[in-house]
Amino acid sequence: MEYTILILLLPVLSFLLLALAGMKMSHRVSGLIGTVVLGAVTALSYMAAYDYFSLPRQADGTFATLVPWNAVWLPFTESLHIDMGVLLDPISVMMLVVISTVSFMVHIYSFGYMKGERGFQRYYAFLSLFTFSMLGLVVATNIFQMYVFWELVGVSSYLLIGFYYTKPEAIAASKKAFIVTRFADLGFLIGILIYGYYVGTFSFTPTETGLMQGAMMLPLALGLMFVGGAGKSAMFPLHIWLPDAMEGPTPVSALIHAATMVVAGVYQVARMFPLYIAYAPETLHIVAYVGAFTAFYAASVACVQSDIKRVLAFSTISQIGFMMVALGVCTGAPSHEGGLGYMASMFHLFTHAMFKALLFLGAGCIIHAVHSNEMSTMGGLRKYMPVTHVTFLIACLAISGIPPFSGFFSKDEILTACFAFSPVMGWIMTLIAGMTAFYMFRLYYGIFWGRENKELHAAHVPHESPLSMTFPLMVLAAITCVAGFIPFGHFVTGDGLSYDIHLDATVAATSCVVAVVAIALATFMYARDTQPVADALARRFPRLHEAAYRRFYMDEAWLFVTKRIIFRCVSRPVAWFDRHVVDGFMNFLAWAANASGEEVQPMQSGRIQAYVLWFMAGIIVLTLMLLLCV
Amino acid sequence: MNILSLFVLIPALMLLGLWAARSINQVRGVMVAGASALLALSVWLTVAYLQARGAGETAEMLFTDSVMWYAPLHICYSVGVDGISVVMLLLSAIIVFTGTFASWKLQPLTKEYFLWFTLLSTGVFGFFISTDLFTMFMFYEVALIPMYLLIGVWGSGRKEYAAMKLTLMLMGGSAFLLIGILGIYYGAGAQTMDVVELARLHNIPESMQHVFFPAVFLGFGVLGALFPFHTWSPDGHASAPTAVSMLHAGVLMKLGGYGCFRVAMYLMPEGLAAWGDFFLVLTTISVVYGAFSAVVQTDLKYINAYSSVSHCGLVLFALLMMTRTSCTGAILQMLSHGLMTALFFALIGMIYGRTHTRDVRELSGLMKIMPFLAVGYVVAGLANLGLPGLSGFVAEMTVFVGSFEHADVFHRTCTIIATTSIVVTAVYILRVVGKILFGTCQNPAHLKLTDATWDERLAVICLIVCVAGLGLAPWWVSDAIGGSVEPIVSHLLVLNP
Repeated sequence: MEYTILILLLPVLSFLLLALAGMKMSHRVSGLIGTVVLGAVTALSYMAAYDYFSLPRQADGTFATLVPWNAVWLPFTESLHIDMGVLLDPISVMMLVVISTVSFMVHIYSFGYMKGERGFQRYYAFLSLFTFSMLGLVVATNIFQMYVFWELVGVSSYLLIGFYYTKPEAIAASKKAFIVTRFADLGFLIGILIYGYYVGTFSFTPTETGLMQGAMMLPLALGLMFVGGAGKSAMFPLHIWLPDAMEGPTPVSALIHAATMVVAGVYQVARMFPLYIAYAPETLHIVAYVGAFTAFYAASVACVQSDIKRVLAFSTISQIGFMMVALGVCTGAPSHEGGLGYMASMFHLFTHAMFKALLFLGAGCIIHAVHSNEMSTMGGLRKYMPVTHVTFLIACLAISGIPPFSGFFSKDEILTACFAFSPVMGWIMTLIAGMTAFYMFRLYYGIFWGRENKELHAAHVPHESPLSMTFPLMVLAAITCVAGFIPFGHFVTGDGLSYDIHLDATVAATSCVVAVVAIALATFMYARDTQPVADALARRFPRLHEAAYRRFYMDEAWLFVTKRIIFRCVSRPVAWFDRHVVDGFMNFLAWAANASGEEVQPMQSGRIQAYVLWFMAGIIVLTLMLLLCV
Repeated sequence: MNILSLFVLIPALMLLGLWAARSINQVRGVMVAGASALLALSVWLTVAYLQARGAGETAEMLFTDSVMWYAPLHICYSVGVDGISVVMLLLSAIIVFTGTFASWKLQPLTKEYFLWFTLLSTGVFGFFISTDLFTMFMFYEVALIPMYLLIGVWGSGRKEYAAMKLTLMLMGGSAFLLIGILGIYYGAGAQTMDVVELARLHNIPESMQHVFFPAVFLGFGVLGALFPFHTWSPDGHASAPTAVSMLHAGVLMKLGGYGCFRVAMYLMPEGLAAWGDFFLVLTTISVVYGAFSAVVQTDLKYINAYSSVSHCGLVLFALLMMTRTSCTGAILQMLSHGLMTALFFALIGMIYGRTHTRDVRELSGLMKIMPFLAVGYVVAGLANLGLPGLSGFVAEMTVFVGSFEHADVFHRTCTIIATTSIVVTAVYILRVVGKILFGTCQNPAHLKLTDATWDERLAVICLIVCVAGLGLAPWWVSDAIGGSVEPIVSHLLVLNP
């Protein structure tokens, strides 16, 4: 499987080519280079997946972990070094497929979406850079390589969010995204350092003796690493950058902020999963609680947002919460019971990537058609944009958990795992799943049904997008329709053994009923031209509505911490101290030297009388001293 | 003749050539020829050094030579290099080369400017090749004095004040240094001034070390922007002309770290044991303090100067951690900081040359107006905040991994405090990038400005290639440095387990 290195090298080449020579190319050529390269990467990824999963299983029934490439990149000590390489195991191979598929679709889609934009070449260069970094992250052979690419996806995200660099909101959003995730990455880094020091390696599979030594510190190390993961995966309270990140071009939101980069945190927990299970089960449960709270928080905020990309952003946060919960409810219980959540989480990651990318790309078509993100400019779009409408509906049904779409199957596994962990967790997650269905259909009706903004649509008739944009929608919709039937348990499971997914009838029925009720409620409230119930609710609970609309003031809280505390209370005083106290002291020394010179200067007056006086005084003093001493 | 002496001979010949030059083109010709020769020489030296090590050469210093200079005090002109000095020479040659192009159109008194500039580089090269304490000190002084004139004559803003302040503070440092050197010489029995020899003798009485270690460490530390003796740096850098800032932050500040390691720590391990923790606290403060101070600055050069305080603080911090990895990281950080700060100062100089302001509040939307310089600035910024693939990451990670080898509470706390600087760095870098490069241009006068000329492009590209080269292929540099750090650190560890 040596050819897998090409999966990494090709996007780098395309990035270098586009970054260095892109400005001399036409839009079409640069876009083609990016897309063709990504097509090749996708083909290679599928080939790798096919080859990998058709390898015979090992004697213990698991798939072998292959490391076709690995080399020391930066040596620190004998045992600690950053390696760069390619690691293939079920989850990394699955991620290769997810990333390359979504990225390829986004490359095609961007042809239409970014047509004629200034900086088209730069856009494709950044997309290549991002794809490379993300692929490098998932095939990392050690935790430090993961960190390296983790930072690189962070910077690609920064560059792409700030793509429209003349827009103040985009600049602020890109900066915020980078700094918040950087802050979280500090935890990741310290976690890695602790892990490296106590376990004695950066590898994912430490030696027995290393684990013996480091067992005490592993919960702390893993917990700190999870802080980094929580930052990237927008877990509360580090989620604040993600809604703002929607300032970037919509295909970018689909690729980075819905399907791939934001699940890096989930992937990181999954990557360290064996260590969590064996050494830090409590930390793992903290992951679950954080995920559950985030899922609830984001779902409640999503219910009242009016910007369609914001709704999708909060929906993403909420769904990632689901994945985290699924990982977090795993236990060391034997057979498939304990590890069910792991499989469910990875399955949901897979299906969510597809339907969420679909939703974002659909949203991109809508924004393209009405030139606004606000729901008030939409309504009744179903007759103008049939393809977008149908594909968007499929994705909404999938995320709501309606069979036979993919989301139903993965979410059902998550709920089963939650119920196995504790009924409370199970019911909470079922409730959040219901909220998901509600806000998604609120969004759906707000865009495609409801009252049409006739004046706006008369001035500028909405139109269906070109084939370059609708084709990816159709592909992703097709995947969403069939992905649920993938026998996922044969590929990725907690313990590596093959497992047949079977639906838990009670859980499936409950979640279906909840979803249908929620959709019915949304239909009742939002499908008509006027929305008396929703308006009445907003009037009845103005405080709550306002708070939810303002995302429960989390941004204000962060702004307070950064602007008031760090900027005003730390940096300003430090800078003042530096200029006035430290430097003031140096200036004082200089002044004192100068001033004493000024003081002594008059003594050199040139008047003989004064010199004689001083001379005599000196003699007297010296004589006295001699006399006293002797 | 010894190959290393060429590093002093070439600048000397350049001085002669500059003196004889009659036109600006001749001046430029001499500079380009000389700087290229130095660059070629340092590359050749690096290759030769690596080959010699590859062939199993184990002596601490290679390419050694020694000529008695003043017998009564055992002062020799002795030269020799190990991995640390080799990379420092390479760094200096790169900065001198790019600095030449960065001051291509400098006016007025071009010839005199380059004369002092070359004299300054002579001192720097001489310092790094010397293994004799006194010769080292002499070259150190040679490097300091021209700075006064370069800033005082060709600077901007409050240049006289800045030049005076910088010179006085650094001179104050070298007064300590001279005392320390004499202390070492007499403490070791007045037999030799050779660093390697002194370390081998290792006979300075402990009571003397307790006095002279802080003298030497402070003397070099002032140049390495050790808190609270760093305040010359913001004023000095802000007033200095572009290439001088580059050379000063890029190379001269490295003399501080290099001296602390090679002289203070290596020769006085007992003194280090007594004072190490004290200085470690100071350097930890430097790291965070510089970063936080940079956040609120409004002058581009001040931001960068405070950033240098933070990054050079990390150099001394890592040295005081005294593990093989952290010291390797310190040298890598010197290299990395030299390259990226030179890049930063070059770009700031170029932007200032066009807009005549360095105030971040008056600049905006430069990305559209001068895309090349703006992209260069972004790259420099990303290197500064430690993006993998550029030099900063490699250095910082080596430092942190090395510092983490101490498990006691004191060192661990210092390390964790120091790591927080990576977040603050991101804050001040992105703040500036967002303010001056992005957005729409507010000042109509700036709309007519042009992008970089060929000489500026050459300087910038050259530095970016080096920054990326170190960031992408760090293993060989790390190996070369690590091999030479090893004997020094093991010498220290005998006494400081």
